[in-house]
Amino acid sequence: MATKQVKTLKIDGMDISSIQGSSILEVAREHDIYIPTLCFVEGLCAVGSCRLCLVEIEGSGKLLPACTTQIYEGMSVITNSEKLLKYRQMILSLMFAERNHTCAVCVSNGHCDLQAMLQILHMDHIKVPYMFPRLKVDATHDRFVMDHNRCILCSACVRVCDEIEGAHTKDIEGRGIKSNIITDFAQNWGDASSCTTCGKCVQVCPTGALSEKGKAVSEQLKRRSFVSYLKSMREDVL
Amino acid sequence: MSEMKTIHSLEELEELAEVLREEQKSKSRITVCTGVACSSLGSEELAKELSEESKNLENCEVKKVGCKGLCALGVLVEDDKNMYHSLKKDDAKNLLAMMEGTQESSEYILSKDIPFYSKQKKIVLENAGYIDPDSLDDYIAADGYKALFSAISDMERSEVIDEIKKSGLRGRGGGGYPTGLKWSTVEKAIGDQKYVICNADEGDPGAFMDRSVMEADPHRVIEGMAIAAYAVGANKGYLYIRAEYPLAVKRIKLAIKRAEKFGLLGENICGSGFSLKLDVRLGAGAFVCGEETALLSSIEGKRGTPTPRPPYPAESGLWGKPTLINNVETYANIAPIIRNGGDWYAKIGTESSKGTKVFALTGQIKNSGMIEVPMGITLEQIIFEIGGGMALGREFKAVQTGGPSGGCIPRDHLNLEVDYENLKSVGSMMGSGGMIVMDESSKMVEVAKFFMEFCMSESCGKCVPCRVGTVQMYEILKKISKKDGTRKDLALLEELCDVVRNTSLCGLGQSAPNPVVSTLRFFKEEYENLLVESRCHISISKEA
Repeated sequence: MATKQVKTLKIDGMDISSIQGSSILEVAREHDIYIPTLCFVEGLCAVGSCRLCLVEIEGSGKLLPACTTQIYEGMSVITNSEKLLKYRQMILSLMFAERNHTCAVCVSNGHCDLQAMLQILHMDHIKVPYMFPRLKVDATHDRFVMDHNRCILCSACVRVCDEIEGAHTKDIEGRGIKSNIITDFAQNWGDASSCTTCGKCVQVCPTGALSEKGKAVSEQLKRRSFVSYLKSMREDVL
Repeated sequence: MSEMKTIHSLEELEELAEVLREEQKSKSRITVCTGVACSSLGSEELAKELSEESKNLENCEVKKVGCKGLCALGVLVEDDKNMYHSLKKDDAKNLLAMMEGTQESSEYILSKDIPFYSKQKKIVLENAGYIDPDSLDDYIAADGYKALFSAISDMERSEVIDEIKKSGLRGRGGGGYPTGLKWSTVEKAIGDQKYVICNADEGDPGAFMDRSVMEADPHRVIEGMAIAAYAVGANKGYLYIRAEYPLAVKRIKLAIKRAEKFGLLGENICGSGFSLKLDVRLGAGAFVCGEETALLSSIEGKRGTPTPRPPYPAESGLWGKPTLINNVETYANIAPIIRNGGDWYAKIGTESSKGTKVFALTGQIKNSGMIEVPMGITLEQIIFEIGGGMALGREFKAVQTGGPSGGCIPRDHLNLEVDYENLKSVGSMMGSGGMIVMDESSKMVEVAKFFMEFCMSESCGKCVPCRVGTVQMYEILKKISKKDGTRKDLALLEELCDVVRNTSLCGLGQSAPNPVVSTLRFFKEEYENLLVESRCHISISKEA
């Protein structure tokens, strides 16, 4: 196997070296530099859809997502600036306004990535009007519940079901604001015969959109470390 | 056609072209426009009637051809001497009488000297309206496939690319990326399998250039693709055509079949060992599939959503292989460039934008239709000379170019020379070539709202700013147009424009705010006049 080259770069002025092919986000995490993200799950393909991890790169006018942008020699990344904070706050506002995120009555209250992001980005209000759509709750599955009101369409459940479990039960239907997570052919989850009831989707869901039945709010803490472990297991086998 | 056999060399092709031309010269031709506009006025019936009525005439041939351009004056019919306009489906007898000179025809004759035709320069559309799109003979007689065969037999791959580079041709799909550079990137990319793709997913409201080119001259697109495939080293190609263009799909499919039958496509073209298999893939109605990464996903059979670039398709495209993607009009320019040389093409146009551009002129304009003009022509010449000015005698207000990604250009910029950079400098863009002309009755907030609604419903929903931001912007525009908006709403609208533009994943989202930004730039008072607090101001000024 060819040895991987080492690249040196700057993140927030700090000199850093890392392996070629790594993303900015991976390198930043290695060095304990925090970049906010809601759609990235370690061990799953990065899709760059939540747009919170956008960073500035010196010499490029464009903002680029840290999760899908590979590092290169001499790159200088800025992960935090007034401009980035402003954009991230607006993006988070858009996410909150899109569906019905009512923390007080949510199963993930207190351990929700979306809720936590508000504090991280110093937000005490939403900048755009709420849209209050009428959405369904699918509780037809024996063990799990899908509450579309809490979904931010990060597609982590779709990816884990496809890439790790290999069932591809979940997918996205529709487009634009009408996009929606579905199971099998847009059936009730309880009728989706491809679902193996593994529950990985629940664990990777950043919000209360996917939850387990019969558990108290405080018991709904999500565990995600299994994803990269299972991924490496799969790679070893393959 | 029946005695035609596989063509093996450039000499055979040229001989055949000569024979076909002689054959054509011996006959007089009546060409009937069967573009969509004329068809809807009954040109198909007219053509049928004409061929029946002219059966007894010696050496007369009635041909159904593609769009002749001046859609506003359809049905258009042309014989060897004159062009006739405003015909109806039952005018066959009258028309033949006019052609024989036994009936007064002056009010039907359309002079070719009118600015609509004389100010145009036709390269892409040189055959449109003259050849039968379903006839390979017609195309070959018009020097068709000569460029492909001479490229294969006389030119190295790098020479073809150099010729394109010299021509200065830039992508006609909107972005204006230098075509030669794109080709050489794909050529240099490492991979045993490469693909060429033709993006024919034209979706901008008011744009119909690509459709017309495919319907009027399908072989030209195929020839361009074949030359590209030869140059970059691809042996498989796809035409991604939107399903809403059934006639274009039919004609392209037939053209591929005919070309394959006579050895112009397929295995071992021109005895050179170069092979190319072309296939058609249909879009399922999503505008975003015109974005190249989404288009690739769609061809692969996946959900048509964009993916972040890099990697660019030139390195990792269809099924991870190096892929060349150009749009219809770009490919349609290739054969003439190879035939006449890159220098010839580079003489046309401006410093940064070479050649010609096809525009679809629509809206409140007299001569709506399809035109091809040299780059560097002014908007004023396009709208007032070629277009003939406003349709209803009202005042010109603005012209919208670039579709939902473009902007509105007001009166003050009418002397703007049309090229990629200049259009960008006034907040619009070349886009694929739709040009919607608006008069004083158009309300700019409504225009912005229309395009925002389009972007909102065409967003794929993958990234947050585009999925939710476009809806929020649309809601604000709706509120303002209902006179319920406040200054705060307007400020939020401006902030959203900035966020959606800078944070969206693909070109659709990044350019979605453009119609709002450009109308805010040039027509801000129209927004302000609709705001709640300025209501009393309006009513006072009205009374006074």
